[in-house]
Amino acid sequence: MRPTVVTGRPWLIADEAGKLIDDIDTDQIYHNAHLAITDPKEMARYAFGNLKGWEDFPKKARPGDVLFVGENFGAGSSRQHAVDCFLALGIVAIVGRSFGAIYRRNAINSGLPLLLLPDMPVARLRDLPQVTVNLETGEIQGPDGEKVVRAEPMSRVALDIYRAGSLLKLGAR
Amino acid sequence: MGQTVIEKILAAHSRDEIAPGKIIWLGIDVRTARDFAGASVVKNFRRAFPGAKVDDPKKTFFTFDCNAPANTIAYAQNQQACRVFAREQGIRVYDVDWGIGSHVLLEEGLALPGATVVGTDSHLNVLGAVGAFGQGMGDVDIAYVFRTGRTWFEVPPTMKVVLHGRYEFPTTAKDLTLAVVGRLGARGALGRAVEVTGSAADALDLAGRITLASMATEMGAIIAFLPPSDEAMEFARAASGRDDLAYPVPDPDAAYEETVELDVTGLRPKISAPPNPENVHDVADLEGEPVQTIVVGSCTNGRYEDIRLVAEILKGKRVAPGVVLKVSPATRRAWGRLLKEGWLEVLYDAGAVVSHPACAGCAEGQIGMTGEGEVQLSTGNRNFPGKQGKGPTYLCSPATAAASALTGTITSPERL
Repeated sequence: MRPTVVTGRPWLIADEAGKLIDDIDTDQIYHNAHLAITDPKEMARYAFGNLKGWEDFPKKARPGDVLFVGENFGAGSSRQHAVDCFLALGIVAIVGRSFGAIYRRNAINSGLPLLLLPDMPVARLRDLPQVTVNLETGEIQGPDGEKVVRAEPMSRVALDIYRAGSLLKLGAR
Repeated sequence: MGQTVIEKILAAHSRDEIAPGKIIWLGIDVRTARDFAGASVVKNFRRAFPGAKVDDPKKTFFTFDCNAPANTIAYAQNQQACRVFAREQGIRVYDVDWGIGSHVLLEEGLALPGATVVGTDSHLNVLGAVGAFGQGMGDVDIAYVFRTGRTWFEVPPTMKVVLHGRYEFPTTAKDLTLAVVGRLGARGALGRAVEVTGSAADALDLAGRITLASMATEMGAIIAFLPPSDEAMEFARAASGRDDLAYPVPDPDAAYEETVELDVTGLRPKISAPPNPENVHDVADLEGEPVQTIVVGSCTNGRYEDIRLVAEILKGKRVAPGVVLKVSPATRRAWGRLLKEGWLEVLYDAGAVVSHPACAGCAEGQIGMTGEGEVQLSTGNRNFPGKQGKGPTYLCSPATAAASALTGTITSPERL
């Protein structure tokens, strides 16, 4: 059973001015030049490979990290690679102001937790060395257990799939 | 708070709370895959559920329509992979001789008012024409549905499109549809269920309802539901042999995110110019543009009624020199009825070529593609660059297609 409370370093996917980047599409997350790759482990090193200022993200990311993203994250194509590359890096959750519709479906099917947080306290999050995210309640805490903000919790359906590992693993039960 | 049509259908197939934005587990009555993505469904199923059976073979179907009969080895292999899986599982295959899957589901009485139907066809929402919830999904989703009989779905908000007034022939359901697409645009109904109402919607026959419902995808909608009609109910009863069917209707106090009203009185024939379906004009404004290829068919306008209308207009006349008129009925049944009633002979005498029942020009060029500079008129639903070849494609009604076939240029049927 996968944990429903996850702890890791927060990454604010922002521009040079510190503003969260909106409308990051699947080509910026995972460029179409690498679509022929089918082994998720290999996908890891191309995550954000086409997002200005974030090209070296796969070298900096560590298992357990949590991403905080802007509006319409994952807009564009239906490629599953744009979800799988983060799972391969060990990213445990993505908290965003909003997500592209197909990206959302793909992420749920792959068991990557996405949490909606329209009012993102960017300045507060930036100062935190570590966050704890409760996927069931949406509660986000700082390193000393202090309450920071509450995102929309994952739906029961998304949690069912997350706990099983993926939609197909749930079906295999 | 009352429920909209989509909310009623979802509530009848789920134990979860139904409200826009909620993700629910949804029971699926009819589970299908076509030759596009069908082989991937099989591959996913075999990998994820080795040795397992599908949830219910009687509710599971393959429909081959994209490349039928297969004219590439890749498609032949994919279709065969589906057939082998179907034999192992006891699943019915509507093979390459049946026609467009969504229409076959209607004719065979499988897609019924109030039912939930999924498949690998992005136009499966055409089933909204009879009050069924049809939805296209990817190959992972469909493999899961084959195994479990359910999937998850995010309850969409509902918008209402009210079509006031009435129009006269030769303006038809396709012109009405293009007018709505032009008004809403490609994102006007994005992520929503649409309920189409009003006098012009009520007046549509079943073929016209199918035409309008089929282009919900081009407005970004999850699905468009048409209001109940005696003809649609009678059709569903006859096709299924069931008399316990109920057409889903919204509660009087159902909540709508937006209401768009359109008066279609005096509406003139419409045409979508390249590069996308929302680029809608009056046919009269584009008259005179030379045309080399005309395709009549597709899930939007491949019904018996559509092709008969083209034959009626062409009867005793000849297609203009330099024009190839290609006709592909949506299903084998439509094809057979047109044949037996003599309409295919009329089309032959007029110079048309009549092809196999399938997806026509829309998918992988089942009825051929265009070369650069080859101008095509199509009764289909998409005209994106490159989709049907290198040439530009215009979308129009069967009547406009027939009128233009006679002149070799874009011609309004108002001139007939």
